[in-house]
Amino acid sequence: MSTAATTASARRIAWQRRRRAAARVWSEYRRDVPGMIGLGLLVLVVLMALAAPLLADEGELRAVNAVGNPTWATPSEFAPLGTDNLGRSVWAQFVWGSRISLLVGLAATAIAIVVGALVGIVAGFFGGPVSSILMRLTEWFLVIPFLPLAIVLASILGPSVENIIFVIGITSWPATALVVRAQVLTLRERLYVERSRALGATRRHLLGRHILPNVSPLIVANLTLTVPVVILSETTLSFLGLGDPTRASWGKMLEESFAAGALTRNAWWYYLPPGIGIMMVVLAFVLIGHALEQILDPRLRERRS
Amino acid sequence: MSARFVAVKVLGSLATLAFVVVFNFFLFRVVEPDPVANLFRGRNLTQEQRAELQQQFGLDGSRLEQFGRYVQQTAQLNLGRSYVSNEPVASEIVERAWPTIALVGVSTLLSTVFGVLLGIVAAWRRGSKTDYASTTFTMTTYSMPDFWLGMLLLIAFAVVLGWFPVGGITDPGSDASGIAKLLDQAHHMFLPALTLTLAYLGEYTLIMRSSLLETMREDYLVLARAKGLRDVVVRNRHAVPNAILPVVTLIAINFGFVLSGAIAVEAIFSWPGLGLLTYDSLNAPDLPMLQGLFLVFSASVIFFNLIANLLYAYLDPRVRTT
Amino acid sequence: MTAPLLAVHDLHVTYAGGVPAVRGVSLELATGETLGLAGESGCGKTTLGSALLRLLPRGTRVTGEVLLDGEDVLNMKPGRLRAVRWTDMAVVFQGALHTLNPVRKVGWQIEEAITTHEPRAARVRPRVGELLETVGLPARRAADYPHQLSGGQRQRVLIALALACNPRVLIADEPTTALDVMVQAQVLALLEKLQQELGLAMIFITHDLSTLAAVCRRLAVMYAGRIVEEGPSDDVFRTPRHPYTAALAAAFPVIGDPGFRMRPSGLGGDPPDPRELPPGCSFNPRCPVARPDCARTEVELWPAGTDRRAACVRVLEPS
Repeated sequence: MSTAATTASARRIAWQRRRRAAARVWSEYRRDVPGMIGLGLLVLVVLMALAAPLLADEGELRAVNAVGNPTWATPSEFAPLGTDNLGRSVWAQFVWGSRISLLVGLAATAIAIVVGALVGIVAGFFGGPVSSILMRLTEWFLVIPFLPLAIVLASILGPSVENIIFVIGITSWPATALVVRAQVLTLRERLYVERSRALGATRRHLLGRHILPNVSPLIVANLTLTVPVVILSETTLSFLGLGDPTRASWGKMLEESFAAGALTRNAWWYYLPPGIGIMMVVLAFVLIGHALEQILDPRLRERRS
Repeated sequence: MSARFVAVKVLGSLATLAFVVVFNFFLFRVVEPDPVANLFRGRNLTQEQRAELQQQFGLDGSRLEQFGRYVQQTAQLNLGRSYVSNEPVASEIVERAWPTIALVGVSTLLSTVFGVLLGIVAAWRRGSKTDYASTTFTMTTYSMPDFWLGMLLLIAFAVVLGWFPVGGITDPGSDASGIAKLLDQAHHMFLPALTLTLAYLGEYTLIMRSSLLETMREDYLVLARAKGLRDVVVRNRHAVPNAILPVVTLIAINFGFVLSGAIAVEAIFSWPGLGLLTYDSLNAPDLPMLQGLFLVFSASVIFFNLIANLLYAYLDPRVRTT
Repeated sequence: MTAPLLAVHDLHVTYAGGVPAVRGVSLELATGETLGLAGESGCGKTTLGSALLRLLPRGTRVTGEVLLDGEDVLNMKPGRLRAVRWTDMAVVFQGALHTLNPVRKVGWQIEEAITTHEPRAARVRPRVGELLETVGLPARRAADYPHQLSGGQRQRVLIALALACNPRVLIADEPTTALDVMVQAQVLALLEKLQQELGLAMIFITHDLSTLAAVCRRLAVMYAGRIVEEGPSDDVFRTPRHPYTAALAAAFPVIGDPGFRMRPSGLGGDPPDPRELPPGCSFNPRCPVARPDCARTEVELWPAGTDRRAACVRVLEPS
């Protein structure tokens, strides 16, 4: 067989192996009840976010269009979820607000994971002065309390969705970096990496073939557990008035309901739905992350004696 | 634990603190490059008046000179004056610090104790109804925004049932003193403390549980059992001291962060601490106050990280070599 | 004839999930006697060792009889079991790093064994020091943590620990497997010496047949959860009556070759999956002298000479 043919078939074999591994993960995941519940919740929310234009008219979000509506209407007076202090439909805000929570959650997490994983891999793999500098940087970022930093950055950059994503992303990467670096360090010491090196493998080969595939499951698990933190951060930032004032979000609903006195009025239809929505999304990711962690992290597997 | 080890850790913390001070300065200079212009908007200032005001606010001279002055003042604990009240930032922070410390201290203590106990029970009885119930409960509270939980508790127990006050630290207009005053304050603190406790409980339970589950696979537990020890003794004397290590660091680190994390909860309950101060300063914006608060929050995180490191080294003999 | 100190009758151990690890093992151990238990990884020898003190994980099913000086171990009340553990029978585990509690000093861990069974004991610290010296370690090592000791030192600590309550039976589960060759020899010599001086009955579990031949008087070879041959160790080693034993004995270990650990028999293939055992004799798929009817015969331990038994149909033929 020619070398080209062997490379091609080797690649095909590798792909088949990956597909089988993925199938195995899925079949194990299917058996995890909380994990499936989490997945179900997530699918529900994503469907709602995608179907927002079908579920509620975007126009209803603007106060200008709500002039004719009764304010503080209960759900029985104004279907389906009543109105807020300006007469806007709470249901519309709820449905459209899901988009922001999901968007910020996923985008900010993506930034945090990419930066964190890069830093972690580089620091763990190359060691030496590079690692020390990166670790110091990570430590400094960890130490600066998230909320005050986010507040200040939001004040500088202005409240918009992109800025919020940026702010949360760059304050959330240290945790991932630490976890990834620890894993890379242990992997580096593994026998097969040493042997590979003895055989003359290049750094790129080691990174691509040995380190990356073994670090990826951990990154995936870490990803699903970072999303809850990010979503809760976005909610808190919006609540404090630093969110994007032009877009409906669940955090903003909570901020406005609180500021408008929904608590004393006990306008439950205004402050309950956003909180429940956030709880559902966060819980979904926690359950999924928990289930994935059990499956992907080899240390958590049952030891056979 | 050698003195050298401790010294290295302390020096590291001081270095981080130095970085924060520098970062703080430049951060706020970026936010507000010309405070004088901002403050005195709408009023026409002459060149001399402007120069005088700039000197008053310490804004004359080059950046480097300003920075030098900032560092000097900070070292002397002079954090400037509030835009809103014109009082020294430092003294206001000190005044408002203790309600936050009391609230966060009590909440951390309660959430730690209950969280760890719950986690131990859940792990030791893995798969049982107790495990399932406690894990579900803690996952749910962990998934809620802490201030939203506060809103719910406020509505349920203060607005609807009227068992607790709706906000503040004392009843307005009350001139009670001594024990009566303390009880009144405790009464006011109940709901915010409950909120924070429930919000942080979940994390400790989940971490303690997974840590203990990992520990339970270790061979030294088999050895302990083989020696003839009772199950409870194996758990408390061998499993828990190993499993609790990650929790301990988490506690110390969290304490540093909760100080700044209680902002939203304090806002909900109008609890007059550093959190509420931050919330109010945001709206102005009272920049010197925010700058001072930022420094205080960062310093507390650095301090408690140091405590966490030292505590961990004390509990785990394997990390004591530097 | 006096009753044996330790008697095991038809022991079956099935892990949660239905995996049969031990399938009907019987053996006897008299006071001061040494029995070697050999086999590849996964043959059930470690499970057997752990079963004797009921140290298996929850959910494991154990049937049969284990009699310690006539007392039924498997049905003991928990309190009695705890009292018997370590004082009558103790285990020397393989000295990996996490066999000892990492956050406690080793001296403390030995003390704990003593004070658990003698709460009002006097002179505990000196006793710990003496135990350490018995195994060739300076008494001051009691103040060290496990990670501060070398592999050989940790193994010695585990031996000292096992002797802390003067047991009559010692189960040594792969005590030299993780050590390099020079240290292995030292630890073996130590175990031999202690066994003779203290008159301990000992079960020595390992995959290394040649070690057993030197240290133990009797030898039992295990395969797929059953004993396939037993008898005086010299005889078994020199004239094996079971093909598996022959393979184990004939394999020439190369110093430092980790492959030997995995395949001490030098045979191709792997031991059968306990969940899918072959019919008839479990060894027949790998057996170099297998016959067609081996897959149909239910083998038992048949007499194979004076004081010897082997589970192979060939011993039934007149030699």
